[in-house]
Amino acid sequence: MASVTVLYFGPLAERMGARRATVTLQPGETLAALYARLCPPGREGSLPVAFARNEHYAEGTEQPVDGDEVAFLPPVGGG
Amino acid sequence: MIGLSTDPLDVDAITDAVRGPGRGAILVFHGTTRDTFEGRGVVRLEYEAYAGMATAEMTRIRDTIRQRWPGSDAAMVHRLGLVPVGEASIVIAVASPHRAACYEASRFAIDTLKERVPIWKKEIYADGSAWKANATT
Repeated sequence: MASVTVLYFGPLAERMGARRATVTLQPGETLAALYARLCPPGREGSLPVAFARNEHYAEGTEQPVDGDEVAFLPPVGGG
Repeated sequence: MIGLSTDPLDVDAITDAVRGPGRGAILVFHGTTRDTFEGRGVVRLEYEAYAGMATAEMTRIRDTIRQRWPGSDAAMVHRLGLVPVGEASIVIAVASPHRAACYEASRFAIDTLKERVPIWKKEIYADGSAWKANATT
């Protein structure tokens, strides 16, 4: 079974009550689908996120593979 | 010099990193933490990063500056963790052969950093807290 490490940051880490998880992928699952499965909308709706795979920005349509590090990135606030 | 630091930023070291005999212009941008947001008093701020990716994205900004403005170089360090109001959360030094390129590259660096580098800011008020995202324009 393919599995990935998922990282949560900032407001999403607070919402999830976790900063990382190891997750088994479903067949053909995209980054956007993985986000929808792991982080279903709460009372406040879905947090908009960008996607990263192995420390690079990625499209939501990309399919992660076994061993990837996936991150869901809420709107950034650095600077 | 590209980095993340939980200690106060060393402006001199960041500036010295970009000096060069062919670079006649140096600009140092400080982003500092403000004491109010929409009238609410900010007691302190906390920053967190996706450290590996943040460093990689900042390195890409530096590499783009070197390519786009020949002879230029950039260094930048972002503060993480607790940052007291009034202290620098980011310092970016850019050096170029001449001032026009230096102003352009300096502006490019902070604009791109605020748009792409995965760092998050939490403002803590006397009566609560909020994550603050950068404007998207």
